[in-house]
Amino acid sequence: MPEKKVVLRNCGVIDPKRITTYLARDGFKALKKALSEMTPEQVIEEIKASGLRGRGGGGFLCGLKWELARKSKGDEKYIIANADEGEVGTFKDRHILENDPFTLIEAMAIAGYAIGAKSGYIYLRAEYHYLLDSLKKAIGQAKKKGLLDFDIDIREGAGAYVCGEETALMESIEGKRGEIRYRPPFPPSRGLWEKPTIINNVETLMNIPRIILNGANWFNQIGTEESKGTKVFSVSGDVKRPGVYELVLGSRLKELVEDLALAEKVKMVQVGGATGRILPYDMIDTPLSFETILGSGAVIVLDKSRDVIDVVYKTLEFLAEESCGKCAPCREGTEVMIEILERFSKGEGLESDLRILPELSNVMMLSSLCGLGQAAPYPVIDSLQYFRSAYENRIREKGGVMI
Amino acid sequence: MNKAREKLPIQGKGQEDLLELLKEAQNRSGYLSEKTIVKIAKSLDIPISDVYGVATFYSFLSTKPQGKNIIRVCKSLPCFLKNSETIIKSVEEELGIKPGETTPDGKFAFQLTNCIGACDKAPAMLINNDVYTDLTPRKISQILKTCE
Repeated sequence: MPEKKVVLRNCGVIDPKRITTYLARDGFKALKKALSEMTPEQVIEEIKASGLRGRGGGGFLCGLKWELARKSKGDEKYIIANADEGEVGTFKDRHILENDPFTLIEAMAIAGYAIGAKSGYIYLRAEYHYLLDSLKKAIGQAKKKGLLDFDIDIREGAGAYVCGEETALMESIEGKRGEIRYRPPFPPSRGLWEKPTIINNVETLMNIPRIILNGANWFNQIGTEESKGTKVFSVSGDVKRPGVYELVLGSRLKELVEDLALAEKVKMVQVGGATGRILPYDMIDTPLSFETILGSGAVIVLDKSRDVIDVVYKTLEFLAEESCGKCAPCREGTEVMIEILERFSKGEGLESDLRILPELSNVMMLSSLCGLGQAAPYPVIDSLQYFRSAYENRIREKGGVMI
Repeated sequence: MNKAREKLPIQGKGQEDLLELLKEAQNRSGYLSEKTIVKIAKSLDIPISDVYGVATFYSFLSTKPQGKNIIRVCKSLPCFLKNSETIIKSVEEELGIKPGETTPDGKFAFQLTNCIGACDKAPAMLINNDVYTDLTPRKISQILKTCE
Protein backbone atom coordinates (compact mmCIF):
# COMPACT_ATOMS: atom_id res chain seq x y z
CA MET A 1 0.00 0.00 0.00
CA PRO A 2 1.25 3.44 -0.85
CA GLU A 3 2.33 6.53 0.98
CA LYS A 4 -0.57 8.87 1.58
CA LYS A 5 -0.62 12.27 3.17
CA VAL A 6 -3.51 12.92 5.49
CA VAL A 7 -1.78 13.91 8.71
CA LEU A 8 1.21 15.45 6.95
CA ARG A 9 -0.71 17.06 4.10
CA ASN A 10 0.36 20.56 5.10
CA CYS A 11 3.89 19.73 6.25
CA GLY A 12 6.37 21.41 3.94
CA VAL A 13 3.49 23.08 2.08
CA ILE A 14 2.38 25.78 4.48
CA ASP A 15 4.52 28.28 6.36
CA PRO A 16 4.10 27.33 10.04
CA LYS A 17 4.70 30.96 10.97
CA ARG A 18 1.86 32.34 8.83
CA ILE A 19 -1.70 31.37 9.45
CA THR A 20 -2.77 32.75 6.07
CA THR A 21 -0.94 29.91 4.36
CA TYR A 22 -2.92 27.48 6.47
CA LEU A 23 -6.20 29.24 5.69
CA ALA A 24 -5.40 28.88 2.00
CA ARG A 25 -5.34 25.10 2.54
CA ASP A 26 -8.88 24.85 3.98
CA GLY A 27 -7.61 25.87 7.41
CA PHE A 28 -10.31 26.30 10.06
CA LYS A 29 -13.02 25.23 7.60
CA ALA A 30 -13.59 22.02 9.55
CA LEU A 31 -14.05 23.92 12.79
CA LYS A 32 -16.45 26.29 11.08
CA LYS A 33 -18.39 23.38 9.62
CA ALA A 34 -18.59 21.63 13.00
CA LEU A 35 -19.76 24.77 14.78
CA SER A 36 -22.30 25.87 12.19
CA GLU A 37 -23.63 22.68 10.63
CA MET A 38 -23.19 19.95 13.23
CA THR A 39 -24.29 19.29 16.79
CA PRO A 40 -21.59 18.06 19.21
CA GLU A 41 -23.22 14.63 19.05
CA GLN A 42 -22.97 14.63 15.26
CA VAL A 43 -19.27 15.47 15.46
CA ILE A 44 -18.76 12.54 17.82
CA GLU A 45 -20.80 10.23 15.58
CA GLU A 46 -18.65 11.23 12.60
CA ILE A 47 -15.42 10.49 14.47
CA LYS A 48 -16.83 7.22 15.75
CA ALA A 49 -17.93 6.19 12.27
CA SER A 50 -14.50 7.01 10.88
CA GLY A 51 -12.93 4.31 13.03
CA LEU A 52 -10.06 6.61 14.05
CA ARG A 53 -7.95 5.04 16.79
CA GLY A 54 -5.36 6.60 19.10
CA ARG A 55 -1.98 7.06 17.46
CA GLY A 56 0.18 7.30 20.56
CA GLY A 57 0.41 3.56 20.97
CA GLY A 58 -2.79 2.64 22.81
CA GLY A 59 -5.10 2.43 19.83
CA PHE A 60 -8.30 3.25 21.71
CA LEU A 61 -11.23 4.36 19.54
CA CYS A 62 -11.11 8.14 19.51
CA GLY A 63 -14.84 8.75 19.00
CA LEU A 64 -15.72 6.41 21.84
CA LYS A 65 -13.40 8.28 24.19
CA TRP A 66 -15.02 11.54 23.17
CA GLU A 67 -18.48 10.13 23.67
CA LEU A 68 -17.62 9.02 27.20
CA ALA A 69 -16.38 12.51 28.01
CA ARG A 70 -19.41 14.12 26.40
CA LYS A 71 -21.73 12.00 28.53
CA SER A 72 -19.83 12.67 31.75
CA LYS A 73 -21.55 15.26 33.86
CA GLY A 74 -19.85 18.54 34.66
CA ASP A 75 -19.51 21.97 33.18
CA GLU A 76 -15.72 21.94 33.45
CA LYS A 77 -14.02 19.60 30.99
CA TYR A 78 -10.60 19.53 29.37
CA ILE A 79 -8.89 18.56 26.15
CA ILE A 80 -5.22 17.64 26.36
CA ALA A 81 -2.99 17.20 23.33
CA ASN A 82 -0.25 14.80 24.31
CA ALA A 83 2.98 16.19 22.84
CA ASP A 84 5.18 14.37 25.32
CA GLU A 85 6.72 12.30 22.59
CA GLY A 86 9.19 10.29 24.65
CA GLU A 87 9.01 6.84 23.11
CA VAL A 88 12.49 5.90 21.96
CA GLY A 89 12.88 6.43 18.23
CA THR A 90 9.72 8.53 17.85
CA PHE A 91 9.97 12.00 16.37
CA LYS A 92 6.86 12.31 14.19
CA ASP A 93 5.09 14.73 16.54
CA ARG A 94 8.16 16.95 16.55
CA HIS A 95 7.97 16.99 12.76
CA ILE A 96 4.25 17.79 12.88
CA LEU A 97 4.57 20.57 15.45
CA GLU A 98 7.50 22.08 13.55
CA ASN A 99 5.62 22.13 10.27
CA ASP A 100 1.89 22.41 10.95
CA PRO A 101 0.88 23.61 14.41
CA PHE A 102 -2.40 25.02 13.08
CA THR A 103 -4.14 21.74 12.32
CA LEU A 104 -3.53 20.63 15.89
CA ILE A 105 -5.04 23.83 17.25
CA GLU A 106 -8.09 23.53 15.02
CA ALA A 107 -8.54 19.89 16.02
CA MET A 108 -8.40 20.74 19.72
CA ALA A 109 -11.13 23.32 19.26
CA ILE A 110 -13.29 20.76 17.44
CA ALA A 111 -12.70 18.25 20.23
CA GLY A 112 -13.62 20.92 22.76
CA TYR A 113 -16.89 21.62 20.97
CA ALA A 114 -17.66 17.91 20.78
CA ILE A 115 -17.23 17.10 24.46
CA GLY A 116 -18.23 20.50 25.85
CA ALA A 117 -14.83 21.79 26.97
CA LYS A 118 -13.87 25.43 26.82
CA SER A 119 -10.19 25.03 27.33
CA GLY A 120 -7.33 22.66 26.89
CA TYR A 121 -3.64 22.08 27.20
CA ILE A 122 -0.82 21.04 24.98
CA TYR A 123 1.59 19.06 27.14
CA LEU A 124 4.95 19.59 25.49
CA ARG A 125 7.99 17.60 26.54
CA ALA A 126 10.87 19.67 27.95
CA GLU A 127 13.19 18.28 25.28
CA TYR A 128 11.06 20.11 22.69
CA HIS A 129 11.28 23.48 24.44
CA TYR A 130 12.62 24.92 21.19
CA LEU A 131 9.14 24.41 19.68
CA LEU A 132 7.37 26.39 22.40
CA ASP A 133 7.65 29.78 20.80
CA SER A 134 6.26 28.81 17.42
CA LEU A 135 3.38 26.95 19.05
CA LYS A 136 2.50 29.97 21.14
CA LYS A 137 2.64 32.19 18.09
CA ALA A 138 0.37 29.84 16.15
CA ILE A 139 -2.22 29.95 18.93
CA GLY A 140 -1.84 33.73 19.11
CA GLN A 141 -2.43 34.12 15.38
CA ALA A 142 -5.57 31.99 15.48
CA LYS A 143 -6.91 34.00 18.42
CA LYS A 144 -6.08 37.31 16.78
CA LYS A 145 -7.91 36.32 13.63
CA GLY A 146 -10.94 35.51 15.75
CA LEU A 147 -10.87 31.89 14.60
CA LEU A 148 -10.51 30.36 18.01
CA ASP A 149 -13.10 30.58 20.75
CA PHE A 150 -11.24 27.98 22.76
CA ASP A 151 -8.42 28.55 25.25
CA ILE A 152 -5.24 26.59 24.77
CA ASP A 153 -2.40 26.73 27.29
CA ILE A 154 0.89 25.01 26.84
CA ARG A 155 2.35 23.09 29.78
CA GLU A 156 5.88 21.82 29.58
CA GLY A 157 7.21 18.62 31.05
CA ALA A 158 10.54 18.44 32.83
CA GLY A 159 12.17 15.30 31.51
CA ALA A 160 10.14 12.18 32.31
CA TYR A 161 9.20 9.55 29.74
CA VAL A 162 6.39 8.19 31.87
CA CYS A 163 4.52 11.53 31.61
CA GLY A 164 3.50 10.47 28.10
CA GLU A 165 1.19 8.02 29.87
CA GLU A 166 -2.10 9.84 30.22
CA THR A 167 -2.63 9.63 33.97
CA ALA A 168 0.99 10.53 34.76
CA LEU A 169 0.65 13.40 32.30
CA MET A 170 -2.32 14.79 34.22
CA GLU A 171 -0.44 14.47 37.50
CA SER A 172 2.36 16.47 35.92
CA ILE A 173 0.00 19.23 34.73
CA GLU A 174 -1.34 19.35 38.28
CA GLY A 175 2.21 20.08 39.41
CA LYS A 176 2.91 16.70 40.96
CA ARG A 177 5.37 13.86 40.46
CA GLY A 178 4.51 12.15 37.18
CA GLU A 179 3.27 8.97 38.78
CA ILE A 180 0.59 6.72 37.34
CA ARG A 181 -2.94 6.85 38.73
CA TYR A 182 -5.00 3.79 39.46
CA ARG A 183 -7.77 3.21 36.93
CA PRO A 184 -10.76 3.31 37.05
CA PRO A 185 -11.80 6.08 37.11
CA PHE A 186 -10.73 6.72 33.53
CA PRO A 187 -9.93 10.26 32.38
CA PRO A 188 -13.14 10.76 30.30
CA SER A 189 -15.11 10.49 33.55
CA ARG A 190 -12.54 11.83 36.03
CA GLY A 191 -9.31 13.26 34.68
CA LEU A 192 -7.50 16.53 35.16
CA TRP A 193 -8.48 17.98 38.55
CA GLU A 194 -11.07 15.19 38.68
CA LYS A 195 -12.91 16.72 35.71
CA PRO A 196 -13.86 14.82 32.54
CA THR A 197 -10.80 14.95 30.29
CA ILE A 198 -9.77 13.77 26.87
CA ILE A 199 -6.10 13.10 26.23
CA ASN A 200 -5.28 12.56 22.56
CA ASN A 201 -1.95 12.11 20.88
CA VAL A 202 -0.91 14.94 18.55
CA GLU A 203 -1.15 12.67 15.51
CA THR A 204 -4.64 11.43 16.44
CA LEU A 205 -5.90 15.01 16.58
CA MET A 206 -4.25 15.86 13.26
CA ASN A 207 -6.77 13.54 11.56
CA ILE A 208 -9.84 15.30 12.94
CA PRO A 209 -10.26 18.30 10.59
CA ARG A 210 -9.95 16.08 7.50
CA ILE A 211 -12.54 13.65 8.83
CA ILE A 212 -14.97 16.49 9.52
CA LEU A 213 -14.44 17.99 6.05
CA ASN A 214 -14.28 14.82 3.96
CA GLY A 215 -16.57 12.68 6.06
CA ALA A 216 -16.20 9.42 7.94
CA ASN A 217 -16.78 7.37 4.80
CA TRP A 218 -13.79 8.85 3.08
CA PHE A 219 -11.55 8.03 6.06
CA ASN A 220 -13.11 4.63 6.50
CA GLN A 221 -11.99 3.52 3.06
CA ILE A 222 -8.33 4.01 3.90
CA GLY A 223 -6.57 1.19 5.72
CA THR A 224 -7.67 -2.21 6.96
CA GLU A 225 -10.70 -3.61 8.77
CA GLU A 226 -9.55 -2.60 12.24
CA SER A 227 -7.05 0.10 11.32
CA LYS A 228 -8.47 3.05 9.46
CA GLY A 229 -6.47 5.88 7.98
CA THR A 230 -2.75 6.36 7.79
CA LYS A 231 0.11 6.20 10.27
CA VAL A 232 3.12 8.44 10.53
CA PHE A 233 6.26 6.41 11.12
CA SER A 234 9.59 7.59 12.50
CA VAL A 235 12.37 5.57 10.93
CA SER A 236 15.89 5.56 12.38
CA GLY A 237 18.90 3.31 12.87
CA ASP A 238 20.64 1.43 10.06
CA VAL A 239 18.91 3.03 7.09
CA LYS A 240 20.09 5.33 4.32
CA ARG A 241 17.08 7.63 4.56
CA PRO A 242 15.95 8.07 8.14
CA GLY A 243 12.93 10.29 8.63
CA VAL A 244 9.18 10.60 8.85
CA TYR A 245 6.96 8.62 6.47
CA GLU A 246 3.17 8.49 6.33
CA LEU A 247 1.72 5.24 5.02
CA VAL A 248 -1.73 3.77 4.67
CA LEU A 249 -2.33 1.44 7.62
CA GLY A 250 -1.75 -2.15 6.65
CA SER A 251 1.32 -1.32 4.56
CA ARG A 252 4.11 -3.83 4.99
CA LEU A 253 7.15 -3.23 7.17
CA LYS A 254 9.30 -4.07 4.14
CA GLU A 255 7.87 -1.16 2.13
CA LEU A 256 8.77 1.26 4.88
CA VAL A 257 12.14 -0.11 5.86
CA GLU A 258 13.60 -1.31 2.57
CA ASP A 259 11.73 0.53 -0.18
CA LEU A 260 11.42 3.95 1.43
CA ALA A 261 14.16 4.18 4.06
CA LEU A 262 16.54 2.07 1.95
CA ALA A 263 17.78 -0.32 4.60
CA GLU A 264 20.13 -3.14 3.63
CA LYS A 265 21.19 -6.36 5.33
CA VAL A 266 18.49 -6.01 7.95
CA LYS A 267 18.79 -8.33 10.93
CA MET A 268 15.84 -7.09 12.99
CA VAL A 269 13.49 -4.17 13.44
CA GLN A 270 12.21 -2.72 16.69
CA VAL A 271 8.69 -1.44 16.03
CA GLY A 272 7.07 0.81 18.64
CA GLY A 273 10.17 1.87 20.51
CA ALA A 274 11.25 0.67 23.93
CA THR A 275 7.84 -0.77 24.73
CA GLY A 276 7.43 -2.12 21.20
CA ARG A 277 8.21 -5.45 19.57
CA ILE A 278 11.37 -6.81 18.01
CA LEU A 279 10.85 -8.58 14.69
CA PRO A 280 13.48 -10.68 12.91
CA TYR A 281 14.12 -10.07 9.21
CA ASP A 282 12.04 -13.02 8.09
CA MET A 283 8.96 -11.21 9.39
CA ILE A 284 9.67 -8.11 7.29
CA ASP A 285 6.44 -8.68 5.33
CA THR A 286 4.33 -8.09 8.44
CA PRO A 287 1.64 -5.45 7.81
CA LEU A 288 1.78 -2.40 10.05
CA SER A 289 -1.61 -2.11 11.72
CA PHE A 290 -3.39 -2.31 15.06
CA GLU A 291 -4.14 -5.96 14.29
CA THR A 292 -0.44 -6.75 14.05
CA ILE A 293 2.21 -4.32 15.31
CA LEU A 294 2.23 -0.56 15.43
CA GLY A 295 2.78 1.17 18.77
CA SER A 296 3.85 4.80 18.44
CA GLY A 297 5.16 4.17 14.94
CA ALA A 298 8.82 4.19 15.95
CA VAL A 299 10.78 1.95 13.61
CA ILE A 300 14.39 1.33 14.59
CA VAL A 301 16.24 -0.73 12.02
CA LEU A 302 19.22 -2.90 12.97
CA ASP A 303 21.52 -4.51 10.43
CA LYS A 304 23.48 -7.72 10.58
CA SER A 305 26.40 -6.11 12.44
CA ARG A 306 24.21 -5.57 15.51
CA ASP A 307 23.99 -7.65 18.62
CA VAL A 308 20.48 -8.37 19.90
CA ILE A 309 21.60 -8.47 23.55
CA ASP A 310 22.97 -4.92 23.20
CA VAL A 311 19.62 -3.76 21.86
CA VAL A 312 17.60 -5.41 24.60
CA TYR A 313 20.00 -4.24 27.30
CA LYS A 314 19.88 -0.64 26.08
CA THR A 315 16.10 -0.80 25.93
CA LEU A 316 15.68 -2.18 29.44
CA GLU A 317 18.21 0.27 30.82
CA PHE A 318 16.00 3.04 29.45
CA LEU A 319 12.80 1.56 30.89
CA ALA A 320 14.32 0.99 34.33
CA GLU A 321 15.45 4.60 34.45
CA GLU A 322 12.09 5.90 33.34
CA SER A 323 9.89 3.69 35.51
CA CYS A 324 7.98 6.05 37.79
CA GLY A 325 8.49 3.67 40.69
CA LYS A 326 4.93 3.56 41.87
CA CYS A 327 4.31 -0.15 41.37
CA ALA A 328 6.74 -2.87 42.40
CA PRO A 329 6.48 -5.18 39.35
CA CYS A 330 7.76 -2.44 37.07
CA ARG A 331 10.15 -0.71 39.46
CA GLU A 332 11.86 -3.91 40.62
CA GLY A 333 11.21 -6.05 37.54
CA THR A 334 13.04 -3.75 35.15
CA GLU A 335 16.03 -3.62 37.53
CA VAL A 336 16.23 -7.40 37.81
CA MET A 337 16.02 -7.73 34.04
CA ILE A 338 18.96 -5.39 33.67
CA GLU A 339 20.96 -7.39 36.17
CA ILE A 340 20.33 -10.55 34.17
CA LEU A 341 20.96 -8.92 30.79
CA GLU A 342 24.21 -7.48 32.08
CA ARG A 343 25.35 -11.01 32.87
CA PHE A 344 24.55 -12.10 29.33
CA SER A 345 26.29 -9.11 27.81
CA LYS A 346 29.44 -10.19 29.66
CA GLY A 347 29.06 -13.82 28.62
CA GLU A 348 28.21 -14.77 32.17
CA GLY A 349 24.56 -15.75 31.77
CA LEU A 350 23.15 -18.58 33.88
CA GLU A 351 21.03 -21.49 32.66
CA SER A 352 18.45 -20.53 35.25
CA ASP A 353 18.21 -17.01 33.78
CA LEU A 354 16.52 -18.42 30.70
CA ARG A 355 13.79 -19.76 32.94
CA ILE A 356 13.57 -16.68 35.18
CA LEU A 357 13.24 -14.15 32.33
CA PRO A 358 9.92 -15.47 30.96
CA GLU A 359 8.58 -15.98 34.47
CA LEU A 360 9.44 -12.44 35.50
CA SER A 361 8.03 -11.14 32.22
CA ASN A 362 4.67 -12.76 32.96
CA VAL A 363 4.46 -11.19 36.40
CA MET A 364 5.31 -7.75 35.05
CA MET A 365 2.81 -7.98 32.20
CA LEU A 366 0.03 -9.15 34.49
CA SER A 367 0.50 -6.87 37.44
CA SER A 368 2.10 -3.57 36.38
CA LEU A 369 -0.10 -0.52 36.70
CA CYS A 370 0.51 1.00 33.28
CA GLY A 371 1.79 0.34 29.82
CA LEU A 372 5.41 0.93 30.76
CA GLY A 373 5.68 -2.06 33.08
CA GLN A 374 3.23 -4.15 31.10
CA ALA A 375 5.20 -3.76 27.87
CA ALA A 376 8.71 -3.59 29.31
CA PRO A 377 9.21 -7.36 28.93
CA TYR A 378 8.42 -7.35 25.18
CA PRO A 379 12.00 -6.89 23.99
CA VAL A 380 13.10 -9.69 26.30
CA ILE A 381 10.31 -12.05 25.26
CA ASP A 382 10.74 -11.31 21.54
CA SER A 383 14.51 -11.68 21.58
CA LEU A 384 14.22 -14.96 23.51
CA GLN A 385 11.77 -16.20 20.93
CA TYR A 386 13.58 -15.13 17.75
CA PHE A 387 17.21 -14.95 18.84
CA ARG A 388 17.45 -17.53 21.57
CA SER A 389 20.89 -18.68 20.49
CA ALA A 390 22.26 -15.21 21.23
CA TYR A 391 21.42 -15.92 24.87
CA GLU A 392 22.46 -19.57 24.86
CA ASN A 393 25.87 -18.72 23.46
CA ARG A 394 26.53 -16.50 26.42
CA ILE A 395 25.82 -18.87 29.24
CA ARG A 396 28.83 -19.12 31.52
CA GLU A 397 28.70 -22.90 31.91
CA LYS A 398 28.95 -23.22 28.15
CA GLY A 399 32.15 -21.27 27.96
CA GLY A 400 30.85 -17.76 27.62
CA VAL A 401 30.89 -15.37 24.72
CA MET A 402 30.85 -16.72 21.22
CA ILE A 403 30.70 -13.98 18.65
CA MET B 1 0.53 31.22 35.28
CA ASN B 2 -1.76 33.36 37.35
CA LYS B 3 -3.54 34.29 34.21
CA ALA B 4 -4.08 30.63 33.43
CA ARG B 5 -5.58 30.11 36.84
CA GLU B 6 -8.02 32.95 36.38
CA LYS B 7 -9.08 31.43 33.11
CA LEU B 8 -9.45 27.97 34.47
CA PRO B 9 -10.94 28.16 37.94
CA ILE B 10 -10.43 24.79 39.50
CA GLN B 11 -10.28 22.99 42.76
CA GLY B 12 -7.16 21.34 44.10
CA LYS B 13 -5.00 24.16 42.79
CA GLY B 14 -2.12 25.34 44.96
CA GLN B 15 0.18 22.70 43.61
CA GLU B 16 -0.80 23.53 40.06
CA ASP B 17 1.97 26.09 39.68
CA LEU B 18 4.64 24.04 41.43
CA LEU B 19 6.39 22.61 38.42
CA GLU B 20 6.50 25.98 36.70
CA LEU B 21 7.77 27.71 39.85
CA LEU B 22 10.52 25.13 40.24
CA LYS B 23 11.58 25.62 36.63
CA GLU B 24 11.64 29.39 37.04
CA ALA B 25 13.68 29.13 40.24
CA GLN B 26 16.13 26.79 38.54
CA ASN B 27 16.46 29.15 35.60
CA ARG B 28 17.36 31.93 38.01
CA SER B 29 19.92 30.18 40.17
CA GLY B 30 20.89 27.10 38.21
CA TYR B 31 19.51 24.61 40.72
CA LEU B 32 16.98 24.13 43.50
CA SER B 33 18.54 24.75 46.88
CA GLU B 34 16.99 23.64 50.17
CA LYS B 35 16.17 27.25 50.85
CA THR B 36 14.34 27.62 47.54
CA ILE B 37 12.39 24.43 48.10
CA VAL B 38 11.26 25.54 51.56
CA LYS B 39 10.32 28.96 50.25
CA ILE B 40 8.23 27.56 47.42
CA ALA B 41 6.52 25.09 49.76
CA LYS B 42 5.53 27.92 52.08
CA SER B 43 4.31 30.15 49.28
CA LEU B 44 2.01 27.44 47.93
CA ASP B 45 1.11 26.15 51.39
CA ILE B 46 2.04 22.55 50.63
CA PRO B 47 4.41 20.20 52.49
CA ILE B 48 8.15 20.60 51.86
CA SER B 49 8.35 16.87 51.17
CA ASP B 50 5.93 17.25 48.26
CA VAL B 51 8.04 19.98 46.72
CA TYR B 52 11.20 17.94 47.21
CA GLY B 53 9.42 14.94 45.74
CA VAL B 54 8.63 16.83 42.55
CA ALA B 55 12.07 18.47 42.40
CA THR B 56 13.75 15.05 42.42
CA PHE B 57 11.32 13.25 40.10
CA TYR B 58 12.06 15.09 36.87
CA SER B 59 15.41 14.70 35.18
CA PHE B 60 15.51 18.33 34.05
CA LEU B 61 15.31 19.58 37.63
CA SER B 62 18.32 19.47 39.92
CA THR B 63 18.75 19.85 43.67
CA LYS B 64 22.51 20.18 43.25
CA PRO B 65 24.44 23.07 41.69
CA GLN B 66 24.98 22.56 37.97
CA GLY B 67 27.13 24.16 35.33
CA LYS B 68 26.05 27.22 33.40
CA ASN B 69 25.61 25.26 30.19
CA ILE B 70 23.99 21.87 30.51
CA ILE B 71 25.03 19.40 27.86
CA ARG B 72 22.72 16.43 27.45
CA VAL B 73 23.99 13.83 25.01
CA CYS B 74 21.38 11.28 23.97
CA LYS B 75 22.29 7.74 24.94
CA SER B 76 19.20 5.94 23.63
CA LEU B 77 19.25 3.23 20.98
CA PRO B 78 18.92 5.26 17.74
CA CYS B 79 21.80 7.54 18.74
CA PHE B 80 23.79 4.57 20.09
CA LEU B 81 23.51 2.98 16.63
CA LYS B 82 25.02 6.15 15.17
CA ASN B 83 28.05 6.07 17.46
CA SER B 84 26.87 8.29 20.30
CA GLU B 85 29.64 6.70 22.36
CA THR B 86 32.24 8.48 20.24
CA ILE B 87 30.39 11.72 20.89
CA ILE B 88 30.31 11.06 24.62
CA LYS B 89 34.04 10.37 24.52
CA SER B 90 34.81 13.55 22.63
CA VAL B 91 32.80 15.67 25.09
CA GLU B 92 34.75 13.97 27.89
CA GLU B 93 38.04 14.80 26.20
CA GLU B 94 37.11 18.37 25.34
CA LEU B 95 35.93 19.19 28.84
CA GLY B 96 38.01 16.81 30.96
CA ILE B 97 34.96 15.57 32.84
CA LYS B 98 32.79 12.45 32.86
CA PRO B 99 29.00 12.27 32.49
CA GLY B 100 27.36 13.50 35.69
CA GLU B 101 30.16 15.97 36.39
CA THR B 102 30.57 19.73 36.10
CA THR B 103 33.71 21.54 34.96
CA PRO B 104 35.64 23.18 37.84
CA ASP B 105 34.94 26.64 36.40
CA GLY B 106 31.21 25.89 36.47
CA LYS B 107 30.85 26.55 32.77
CA PHE B 108 29.64 23.12 31.68
CA ALA B 109 27.62 20.31 33.19
CA PHE B 110 27.78 17.07 31.23
CA GLN B 111 24.89 14.63 31.36
CA LEU B 112 23.57 11.72 29.39
CA THR B 113 19.89 11.75 28.58
CA ASN B 114 17.22 9.51 27.14
CA CYS B 115 15.74 9.88 23.66
CA ILE B 116 15.31 13.54 22.69
CA GLY B 117 13.37 12.82 19.50
CA ALA B 118 16.08 13.73 17.01
CA CYS B 119 16.74 10.14 15.92
CA ASP B 120 16.53 11.00 12.21
CA LYS B 121 19.57 13.20 12.70
CA ALA B 122 21.44 11.06 15.20
CA PRO B 123 23.69 11.34 17.09
CA ALA B 124 22.14 14.32 18.84
CA MET B 125 22.39 16.36 22.02
CA LEU B 126 20.82 19.31 23.77
CA ILE B 127 22.78 22.21 25.17
CA ASN B 128 20.37 24.01 27.47
CA ASN B 129 17.27 24.32 25.25
CA ASP B 130 18.92 24.00 21.86
CA VAL B 131 19.22 20.81 19.88
CA TYR B 132 22.39 19.85 17.96
CA THR B 133 22.24 17.04 15.45
CA ASP B 134 24.34 14.89 13.11
CA LEU B 135 27.20 15.24 15.57
CA THR B 136 30.81 14.38 14.91
CA PRO B 137 33.80 14.83 17.23
CA ARG B 138 34.86 17.77 15.07
CA LYS B 139 31.46 19.40 15.43
CA ILE B 140 31.53 18.89 19.20
CA SER B 141 34.77 20.78 19.45
CA GLN B 142 33.34 23.66 17.40
CA ILE B 143 30.03 23.80 19.25
CA LEU B 144 31.65 23.83 22.69
CA LYS B 145 33.89 26.71 21.65
CA THR B 146 30.87 28.85 20.83
CA CYS B 147 29.28 28.35 24.26
CA GLU B 148 29.67 31.26 26.60
